[in-house]
Amino acid sequence: MTLRIANASAFWGDDPTAAARLAERAADLDVITLDYLAEVSMSILAKQRERDPTAGYARDFVGVVKSLLPFWQAVRRLKVVSNAGGLDPMACALACRQVAPRLTIGVVTGDEVKPLLDRKDLITANAYIGAEPVAEAIRRGADLVITGRVADPSLTVGPAMAHFGWQPTDYDRLAGATVAGHLIECGTQVTGGISTDWLLLPGLDDIGFPIVEIAADGSCVVTKPPGTGGRVNALTVKEQLLYELGDPANYLSPDATVSFLTLAVDDLGHDRVRVSGATGRPPPATYKVSGTYRAGYRASGMLTVFGRDAAAKARRCGEIVREKLLRLNAEPDEYLVEVLGAGAVAPCHAPLARGTGEVVLRITVADQNRETVETFTRQLMPLISAGPQGITGYAEGRPVVREVFGYWPTTIERSKVRPHVQILEAT
Amino acid sequence: MKLYDIAVARSGDKGSAANIGVIARNPANYDKLLRHMTAERVEAFFKPVGVGKVIRYELPNLAALNFILPDILQGGGSVNLRIDAQGKALGQALLEMEIESKDEG
Repeated sequence: MTLRIANASAFWGDDPTAAARLAERAADLDVITLDYLAEVSMSILAKQRERDPTAGYARDFVGVVKSLLPFWQAVRRLKVVSNAGGLDPMACALACRQVAPRLTIGVVTGDEVKPLLDRKDLITANAYIGAEPVAEAIRRGADLVITGRVADPSLTVGPAMAHFGWQPTDYDRLAGATVAGHLIECGTQVTGGISTDWLLLPGLDDIGFPIVEIAADGSCVVTKPPGTGGRVNALTVKEQLLYELGDPANYLSPDATVSFLTLAVDDLGHDRVRVSGATGRPPPATYKVSGTYRAGYRASGMLTVFGRDAAAKARRCGEIVREKLLRLNAEPDEYLVEVLGAGAVAPCHAPLARGTGEVVLRITVADQNRETVETFTRQLMPLISAGPQGITGYAEGRPVVREVFGYWPTTIERSKVRPHVQILEAT
Repeated sequence: MKLYDIAVARSGDKGSAANIGVIARNPANYDKLLRHMTAERVEAFFKPVGVGKVIRYELPNLAALNFILPDILQGGGSVNLRIDAQGKALGQALLEMEIESKDEG
């Protein structure tokens, strides 16, 4: 029997109704995984926790758990695994318990490594721990597993380990499940989202979230619930296989070092694609760590410029704002002018946009000093009356100053990190 | 002919580097990708954006190439000021690259 694992959240901010819609349209699901943590999400949580000490996790997740309650009552075996715990998995678990007292909740901690690192200006530092503690939580009866930083694919590998009874040294099988996890961790990116041929796909207003049917050998079939939009074919699957990939012979996860060079992708038709042949070797002796630190302040503002010589006018506006900042002794550390519509996204491409009469001016300022960035926010909008004719699109008002967090990747020896599982029994 | 005609692509960030996966629409065209899509050509294409030494990995089993573009996202996704700080659009850019067809038989 295969294990059917879906993903219902690619990042914090993804569609909060996706999990319930998946459960509704794919009643035979075994596991739903939800990913909330991108590289700097932990710093956003840290900032949120500064304002409210109980808020160190992705609070939206509690609403998702609530939305799944009817399905849990109908299909008792449904498991939900998520890294929504962020900096404080226990607080997240206790909040979930408030809305779902009849669930057994597994809490995975031990990823926090800030005290173990020499760098002292870090706000957060978390190791990407692996699938084993997730599997342990499931073996101990958890319906809901809440983690902090766990490697994204491990959210999928954990339930497969527990279900099939794989050992931590079953590297080929773990490699296969890691590939399955990699394929679904970005939600609808494997079912047609951001695919090259996106515009040609059906049902784009309702792209199905992905499901992998994992077999005992670690291979999988990628699919999506019947009746949903988007597409699963060899190309959408291959695009996602290569997403954020480095050396394809050495995809590093805490569960296995995976080679993508032995994979076979077979399109079975009807939105079903088989992915098999993954080979695994032991994982690195270190865990990857993502650290975050304060990196000053930033603000970004946009104005639309329409009409003759629009791009030149927009560029001149960019110079004007900078000249004014210099006059005010507020020269920022970084000052970037982009003329969107005239090759700003990929300058190698500018000739395509020649002759355009409609561009968006985007000015972004960064500085260690908040005051300097604030000065900028007061010097952009005067262009509405002092700038070129055809300048418009200012309904958003002054740009907002944001604190910036830098991302500092490092590694730590595995032996220094102690993943821990705690079970909150159903009440 | 443009790369778009024979391939699909997807890009994303890896710290201050970006990667672009390029996949032959028809696996029979993998050889064409191998021949035309050299690391040097891709590096030259992205020179105006600012890029380090491009690395090309080959995945013949998927009829795909994976390009690593070092330093193209200076500082990385959270610090980089550009609108495409995560390199999400670089795949679309590369797909507009001209593939010469004069040496085709």
